[in-house]
Amino acid sequence: MYSRVYKAFVSLPPLLWVTLFLVIPYALMFAHSFWLVRDGVILHQWNLHNYAKLFQNAVYLEVLFRSMRIAAGVTVLSLLLGYPLAYYMSFYASVRKDVLYQLVIVPLWVSYLVRGYAWKTILGSQGVLNGFLQYLHITHEPVSFFLYSPFAVILMLTHIYTPFVFLPLYASLEHIPRNLIEASQDLGASPRKTFLRVILPLSLPGLLAGATFAFVLALGDFLAPLLVGGPSSIMVANIVQSLFGTAYDWPLGSAISVCILLITVTLLFLSELLEKRWSFR
Amino acid sequence: MSPAQTNPGLSSVPSGALLEVRVVAKRFGAREVLRSISLEIAGGEFLTLLGESGSGKTTLLRLVAGFEQPTSGEIWMSGSRLDTLPPHKRRVNTVFQHYALFPHLSVTENVAYGLRVTGAPTSEIPVRVADALRMVKMEEYASTRPAKLSGGQQQRVALARALVNRPQLLLLDEPLSALDANLRKQMQLELKQLQRELGITFLFVTHDQEEAMALSDRIALLRNGALEQVDSPRAIYARPATAYTAQFIGQTNLLKCEIRDGVASSGTFRWPVTGLSNGSAIFSLRPESIHFASDIANGETSVPFRALVRQQVFSGASEQLELDCGGQSLRVRVPSRGAVSGEHDFAFAPADAIPVKDA
Repeated sequence: MYSRVYKAFVSLPPLLWVTLFLVIPYALMFAHSFWLVRDGVILHQWNLHNYAKLFQNAVYLEVLFRSMRIAAGVTVLSLLLGYPLAYYMSFYASVRKDVLYQLVIVPLWVSYLVRGYAWKTILGSQGVLNGFLQYLHITHEPVSFFLYSPFAVILMLTHIYTPFVFLPLYASLEHIPRNLIEASQDLGASPRKTFLRVILPLSLPGLLAGATFAFVLALGDFLAPLLVGGPSSIMVANIVQSLFGTAYDWPLGSAISVCILLITVTLLFLSELLEKRWSFR
Repeated sequence: MSPAQTNPGLSSVPSGALLEVRVVAKRFGAREVLRSISLEIAGGEFLTLLGESGSGKTTLLRLVAGFEQPTSGEIWMSGSRLDTLPPHKRRVNTVFQHYALFPHLSVTENVAYGLRVTGAPTSEIPVRVADALRMVKMEEYASTRPAKLSGGQQQRVALARALVNRPQLLLLDEPLSALDANLRKQMQLELKQLQRELGITFLFVTHDQEEAMALSDRIALLRNGALEQVDSPRAIYARPATAYTAQFIGQTNLLKCEIRDGVASSGTFRWPVTGLSNGSAIFSLRPESIHFASDIANGETSVPFRALVRQQVFSGASEQLELDCGGQSLRVRVPSRGAVSGEHDFAFAPADAIPVKDA
């Protein structure tokens, strides 16, 4: 067995890290959400004022719901793109598998910011998409609604988070023993029925993990609305940022953060619960 | 050799063939896995594809199931073309080597799967599933998930699942290989009994020659992708066509002989042969065909020889001796008789030395 000194030696750094950068900040955030700010000074007086404000002011709720709608849209689109890709790669792309896999992974190496600006260039009024449409004479003047809309945010976030959906899906499809698929065919199931009755149910854990990734990451995103979203697609993270920044209302910002955290933790918990129910080995 | 032994599938045609494999070949890239296989299986027959790993037996099974396509040749079942159909349209079911039970479905749902996907009447499904589970004695595990079952239990469920669709032909891919020895013996008996009761044709794959002999009506011995010999277990054991078959099915002694004017000679042995031309030949002599000279009543028709007992292995009712006969070593199986050592007189009947092809 390992000595106590060794155990302390290896477990202390991560424990310190978690305490310093997770536990303490979360505790501070939690405390702040019950304090208040007056004349630019944070007063340590316990109250529920911030939460009341959140649920009374329609703007905050609207932004929260919009963020969830955008995150849901991103999740659905990434699944629609990621599932067929993972399915094709796992079952049909025999030789090209490695190349395709790399192609899916490569965008993850490119800075998030660069990819955001790329979408700006594509969707903008002088952008690639508008230029192309005018060249084809489909439109005669720049279409402005591509950029600075929730649509642009969903598009950009889908592009960014599809690999996150793809990876767990691909892993779960790769783990399906191929003789199960043969057994299904052997028993008389058409390829469609085999997919619905064997492949899909057995890939649910991966699907769930991917969907959770996409939703949680998209929900907390603040760069996409900033770069391509415009005022109509402000998301909850942008509000938090401005409350902590220019508005200097840390207590309210913390209250919103606590709400997002609760939503996220609930989702992760549910997802874990379902994943356990759906994994059979 | 007679043509029946060199090209068995084409000549020894059983009447009422259910499955016909016609000159089928299969390549994977440059690798030739099956070479011009022709084989017919009669309705109700228990035919075993026997061979070493890499002999192509599983590939042949997968061709019949539809998981692989033949490179050339055709497969027919009940008078219609089989190899052009996708697997789900074939009236063939498979018991897979590692059972391949659906982990997300209960035992009942696993067995019901084939009925559900082929659109059996909903009212019939529970009855037929229950029947199938009773047949393999697994009724009490109906609602269990496969992961909770032992290997033998999973094997039974796999069998029930494959039989519930009432296939014309059941394919079994080394179904017992993952079970321990005692359970395997028991399952062999049950399989054989089930096959007799149901009258379903079994195409069984194994590398275990004892299992093949215990279960089969006929054995098709595969070697490097070609059929070596197809015959009943008794016939294939008594009259192996080649040295390979003689060694693979049971144990044997191979005697390299010179034949001259109706007399075969090998080392110190001499015995009369008929119908063989002069030249070299190989004979297969089973260990149990060699006896102590004192045990034989009629010594005149046998070939006597004296040999040194080099080793003795006791195995209950019989024991195996390693003989040294003038530098030639022979394996002998005799009824147990206590410790033996030194030189003794032995003999074998000339008719028990079977000429085999050296291949």
